[in-house]
Amino acid sequence: MVSDLFPLTLKGAETSRRGKRLVGPIDLSLDGQGLCVVMGPNGSGKTTLLRLMHGTARLTGGTVKWTCDTDTARHHQAFVFQQPVVLRRTVEENLAYPLQLRGVARKTARAAARDWSEKVGLEPHLQRRAMVLSGGEQQKLAIARALITDPTLVFLDEPTASLDGRAMREIEAILLQAKADGTRLILSTHDMGQARRIADEVVFMLGGKVHETGAAPQFFDAPQTPEARAFLQGDIVE
Amino acid sequence: MGGSAIVDLWEGLRHAFWLIVTFDAELADIALRSLRVTLTALVIACLIALPLAALLAVRRFRWRRATIAVLNALMGLPPVVVGLIVYIFLSRSGPFGALGLLFTPTAMIIAQVIIIVPLIASIAHQSLRELWAEYHDLLISLNVTQMQKVRTLLWDARRALLTAALAGFGRGIGEVGAIMIVGGNIDNATRVLTTAIALETGKGEFALALALGFVLIALALGVNLLIHWVGQTERDSRW
Repeated sequence: MVSDLFPLTLKGAETSRRGKRLVGPIDLSLDGQGLCVVMGPNGSGKTTLLRLMHGTARLTGGTVKWTCDTDTARHHQAFVFQQPVVLRRTVEENLAYPLQLRGVARKTARAAARDWSEKVGLEPHLQRRAMVLSGGEQQKLAIARALITDPTLVFLDEPTASLDGRAMREIEAILLQAKADGTRLILSTHDMGQARRIADEVVFMLGGKVHETGAAPQFFDAPQTPEARAFLQGDIVE
Repeated sequence: MGGSAIVDLWEGLRHAFWLIVTFDAELADIALRSLRVTLTALVIACLIALPLAALLAVRRFRWRRATIAVLNALMGLPPVVVGLIVYIFLSRSGPFGALGLLFTPTAMIIAQVIIIVPLIASIAHQSLRELWAEYHDLLISLNVTQMQKVRTLLWDARRALLTAALAGFGRGIGEVGAIMIVGGNIDNATRVLTTAIALETGKGEFALALALGFVLIALALGVNLLIHWVGQTERDSRW
C-alpha cells in the first residue's frame, strides 16, 4: 500500500504570499517508511512544508509529485493539527466522521469508532461531547480520527506542542504503534527530546529551506552543518 | 386618561383569558391561520436561507462581500414595500396575476418569505462563518466536497440556526404591513392575529385588540418554548 504513493518528490517547491516567499525552493525526496521528523526553530517553515506536501498550501513554484495522481494521494493521507480541531459532536461521531464522508455505513463507522476509542484510551468518553475533553484527549481524538481511515501517510503538525509529559508519552505511543502498523508518519516538532525518541529520519528546516536531512542517529550524533549543530546544542538559530 | 388605559389593559387581559378558556371558534380560526401562514413561510424561508448562508460561508466568489452586505441591508426591508411589490406582481395586471394568488394565504406566505429570508440568512451566516473558521483546516484536509461542507456546517450549527429560525418566526408572526396589503384581511380567509388587531383598533375595540395581542404574544412565546424544548437547547453539555 505504501509504495502506491512514494517516493514523494519535491523539486524547487515553494510557496509565496503577497510576493513574499514563505518556504522554498525545496528539493526533497521521501520514501514510504518510518517516522520522519521535520525539525527547526519557530518560523522556519515546518508547518508550511507539511501543508505544501499535503496539498493544503498553495504551491507557487516547483513541483510536489507522488507516484500516483494528487487526488489519489490526498485520499490516502490525513493531517493532524497543532491545535486539535474537533467537531461539535460526540467523540464517537467525531471518530466516525471521516468514514461517513467516504460512504461507510453508519453502523460500520460507529463500530470502527468504538474500536479506535479503545485503542487510544477514549472509550470511557465515547458519548461525551468532544469539546469538553482535555487538550491531550482532544489531540488523541484527532490522531485516532486521522488513523481511522487507515491512511498510508499522516502529517502531524507539532501534535504535542502544548501538552504535558504524560499526554505526550501517550500520543507518542499511539504514533509508534501506527508506524509499526505500516503508516508513514511525517511530524513537525521543535522538541528535541521528542525527535530523539521517535524519529527514524530528520529534515532540518531553517529560514524556509531544508537545511539538512539524514537518518536520525546520524543527524543527532554527527550533524553536517554548524547551524544544525548549534540547534542541537540548544543555541538560538535563525 | 391613564386610568382608562389601565382599565383597557385589564379588560384586554380578562377578555383574552375568556376567549381562550371558552375556546372561541373565531379566535382559534384566526390564531391557527396565523400559525399556518408563518410556520409555512418559516419552513420555506429556512430551506432558502440556511443553505444560502452556508454557501456564503464556505464559497469564495467575486461578489461574495457585496452579497453579504446586501443580505444584511435587506434585514431592514420595509414590510409595507414588500407587500406593495408582491401586490403588484400578483395583481391581475401583474406578471403572476393569472395564478390568482392575491388576497390568499399563499400571497401572505410569499410576502413573509421575502421579509424573513434575509433575516434568517444573515443571522445564520454569522454563526456558520464562525464555525467554518473553526472547521476550515480540518475539512480542507479531509478534501470534502462543497455539499459535504455545507451539510457538516448546517448540522453542527443546528442550535445556533434554531435561533436564526426563531428570529424569523418572531418577525413573521408579528408582521402586519405586508400581509395586510397582499392578504386583504378578509374574514374567514386571510385574517390573522396582527391584521385582526389592526382592524379592532381601528374600530375602537381596544379591549378586543388587546386580547388578540395577548393571544399573539402567548402564541409566539409558546412556539419559541416548544422549539427550544424540542431542540434541547440550554441543556448540560450541549450547544
